[in-house]
Amino acid sequence: MRLRNLFAVVMLTGIFSLLGAAVYVIMDAVDVAFTEAAVGAGISTVLMLGTLALTTSEEKVKPGTNNLPALILVLVTGGILIYGTLDMPNYGEASAPIHQHVAPHYLEKSTQEIDLPNVVTSVLASYRGYDTLGETFVIFTAAAGVLAIIGRGRRPQQAPHGGVDRRRGRRSRKSDVKSDDEASKEGSS
Amino acid sequence: MAMSADFPGLLIYWVVIVLMMIGFYIVISQNNMVKKIVGLNVFQVSVFLLYITMGKVKGGTAPILADGFEVYSNPLPHVLILTAIVVGVATTSLGLALVVRIKDSYKTIEDDEIQALEDDT
Amino acid sequence: MNLKMQEKAVLRVVSKFLIPFILLFGLYVQWHGDFGPGGGFQAGVIFASAFILYALIFGVERTRQVIPAWMTRSLLSIGVLTYAGVGVATLFLGGEFLNYNVLADEPVDGQHLGILLVEAGVGITVFSAMTTIFIAFAGQDS
Repeated sequence: MRLRNLFAVVMLTGIFSLLGAAVYVIMDAVDVAFTEAAVGAGISTVLMLGTLALTTSEEKVKPGTNNLPALILVLVTGGILIYGTLDMPNYGEASAPIHQHVAPHYLEKSTQEIDLPNVVTSVLASYRGYDTLGETFVIFTAAAGVLAIIGRGRRPQQAPHGGVDRRRGRRSRKSDVKSDDEASKEGSS
Repeated sequence: MAMSADFPGLLIYWVVIVLMMIGFYIVISQNNMVKKIVGLNVFQVSVFLLYITMGKVKGGTAPILADGFEVYSNPLPHVLILTAIVVGVATTSLGLALVVRIKDSYKTIEDDEIQALEDDT
Repeated sequence: MNLKMQEKAVLRVVSKFLIPFILLFGLYVQWHGDFGPGGGFQAGVIFASAFILYALIFGVERTRQVIPAWMTRSLLSIGVLTYAGVGVATLFLGGEFLNYNVLADEPVDGQHLGILLVEAGVGITVFSAMTTIFIAFAGQDS
């Protein structure tokens, strides 16, 4: 990526997500397209803009950023993966193994067992409900993790005693030896 | 190279692999942390595309049962990717929170500068 | 994020006009996930984006007054507990974990009820997670 301005990078990421949503619609994955459009073009872009506002919006220019070993590694890995796809069935073939075992069962039995038109919802919430429970836990953990990392407001950038020690992640309720009560913000979680 | 499948049939998978390799290259070669996270997102999108393209059936339609349609695309990859997208944005936000903390501690988000700081101490 | 945005009358008026519709659309997507594309994940994200829009235009402080910290924290837990609670309830009613058939007299009705509750739990969790994450990012002083 040759862009130095990180703001442009974030905007391009948003456009990329929107294009991905369009591709999903072409592939008949309407639920997925819905989610990708809402999440990718909305939340993800806003979060990255927030991070840029908090850190920096320009990348430092370094001389000689060509990275030949990385390029070779990437090309070799890509070649191996392409060799691996030669055994795969053609795009869209109805006789592919993925369509043989469980999916016809879901499509046929969903009417009599659950009676919902949207098969994706019935698979998500009923046939594969256990997986969705795990995913919900992961989302909860990520939100709790973000709260733990940056939930409490920032320390001022210039600390009187300097150094890395004063920037701790979680602040415990017990009193700190150093007097940084004045630096602690209200719990803004 | 003996090709057992037709050329256009596999083209979509090669496009996905190219996208995956682009994401891989960004992650291992860029120094800026935010760009690394963008590379991870590109990688993630390519994996989603791989699953969704494997789920499509020619002549099928979206897996919402309605009268008049007989062939449906496979709903199982849709389910997996649906949750994966939302989980992906949650973990990306966790990564971005870490970047903000790193900026607080090390005053920089360039990887080689952080490495130098770590080697010095 | 900065107070000057509040002074731009167009942004203020249009966003105040749009936010109820976004919330309504989020509720529609949540409950109509059975009949068309939608469901808990999409609805949670759309619902959260309404609050994020409010926070972008009017600032994080006022958003904190609308939805205080204890509410996001407790909603985050309530969503997950709803989902797991449905599973535990099915255990008590005699079936296996998350077997919705036992929730009502007819298995199909039990499935409907179970999916409704479970999707609501997912929607609440996703909404509060996105809102929490955004307010944590935007509430920093930079």
